[in-house]
Amino acid sequence: MEIKNIKKEFPIFKQKINGKPLVYLDSANSSQKPKVVIDKISNFYETEFSNVGRSVHTLAVKATNRFEAVRDKVKQYINAKHREEIIFTKGATEGINLVASSFGKKYINKGDEILVTELEHHSNYVPWHYLRSEKGAVIKFAQVNSDGDVEIDEIKKQITNKTKIIAITHISNVTGAVLPITKIVDLAKERNIPVLIDGTQGAPHSHIDMQKIGCDFYAISCHKMYGPNGLGILYMKKKWVDDLPPYQGGGGMIDEVKQDSITFAEEHTKFEAGTMQTAEVVSFAEALNFIEKIGIKNIASHENEVLEYGLEKLRKNNSVNIIGSPKNRGSVLCFTIKDIHPHDIATILDDDGVAIRAGHHCCQILHDKLGIAATARASIGVYNNKEDMDIFSESIKNCQKVFQV
Amino acid sequence: MELKELYQEIILDHGKNPRNKGKCEGFTNDAKAHNTLCGDKVHIYLKLNKDKKIEDLSFEGEGCAISLASASILTETVKGKDLSFITRVSDDFINMIKNKKKITINSLTPDQMTTITSLSGVQEFPMRVKCATMAWHTLMSAIETK
Repeated sequence: MEIKNIKKEFPIFKQKINGKPLVYLDSANSSQKPKVVIDKISNFYETEFSNVGRSVHTLAVKATNRFEAVRDKVKQYINAKHREEIIFTKGATEGINLVASSFGKKYINKGDEILVTELEHHSNYVPWHYLRSEKGAVIKFAQVNSDGDVEIDEIKKQITNKTKIIAITHISNVTGAVLPITKIVDLAKERNIPVLIDGTQGAPHSHIDMQKIGCDFYAISCHKMYGPNGLGILYMKKKWVDDLPPYQGGGGMIDEVKQDSITFAEEHTKFEAGTMQTAEVVSFAEALNFIEKIGIKNIASHENEVLEYGLEKLRKNNSVNIIGSPKNRGSVLCFTIKDIHPHDIATILDDDGVAIRAGHHCCQILHDKLGIAATARASIGVYNNKEDMDIFSESIKNCQKVFQV
Repeated sequence: MELKELYQEIILDHGKNPRNKGKCEGFTNDAKAHNTLCGDKVHIYLKLNKDKKIEDLSFEGEGCAISLASASILTETVKGKDLSFITRVSDDFINMIKNKKKITINSLTPDQMTTITSLSGVQEFPMRVKCATMAWHTLMSAIETK
């Protein structure tokens, strides 16, 4: 599949926004969906739908087989060792909450330290906060440097003999910094500390190989990978799958239920309570096929080329301040314009058909550190091209015209 | 909806040079609010006298042009006014932004009327409604603090 013509695969681009072609620069928030994914959802509901893992009728068998085949597909895609290491969740947020809850219940006690970074999205900080308020754990923040990076030495400095888990983002959704996750995992392994990686921004833009990264947990958000909403994947190393207690209680995750006792299912099943997302899981296989047809490395290099082109254009505009200059930048570009609030920027860009996000992007800790309340963010997906960046940078000039600055 | 109807001269002017910014001396009431969506903040200070008139008021805050202009226009509109006027104008303003209703209060000067209705363009931008109304809701909370 050629990236050049890829917009055609996404029906959303057929429409005009405020009379202009849609320039979608909000993929870090959620990506658009290719037709194959949309078709799979409706096709599945039309021909194969049933609840999975329960009934024995024909449709239930069909649906269950399809559903479980996706577990194998994901296992292969991220190069996990065992299919039980793939846990379906409602999003990366739930994946992190699951680890914080199950790991925390068993291993976190008063005074124990949880190491995160100042780059974290609220979803990789707030779940740990519960362990602080309920168990008296301590949350430590590895500091971000002036480039918007978190360096390996900073992580090293923050590790103590009380550190029980390290929870870090793969790619920052604000500065775009790509963290040296493999090095961090190696460092943690020397000290026997498990590592959770928030792969929300990492997975859509990089080749993720669980054997190479070596982490204990990796949380994925499927709707940022051209897949359906309401679905996430948590990779959990086999030893933790066997060791950690269940997360939520309900149907499907039990072994035997009596009035005075309950035993739980084993493997990934004990973490998947209640009716699972079905069409979402089934259609996510199509999203992965779509990515594989182009090749994640081709996607990443295309996105980087578009991003660099956009950055270059913005750097020529003296009123634009680009947030962060990390050594390796994921496909995120946060910026401010002198004397124009990001919220106003977003409204004016929208009038030109350009969709961006403005605000703190669920990273208040980082924005406090940067000393700014809000930033504007353009984020790149496979469907963006240099022409989009031309329209984007012209639209920024239009902001300055409207505000007469 | 044209963008220039949203970002009118009056709004840009109030956004860039907000009136009554700061903490007014001898304030008797205050209240603050923030918009979690975008990080806008507003803190309103006012001095109520024994006749239930706002003798003086001011605001501190940061935010987009719409939220700053709205707070600035608010302070100009209600300074020196009594509570019955303030309640009516505030209800009118919120009704205009949220429900596209006309301003009904008839004691505004033509200038005040032009200024306050300059924000009516916000009704076409549902995601920006809170930017325009936050200061007005905060004003009412400030009044109710005593």
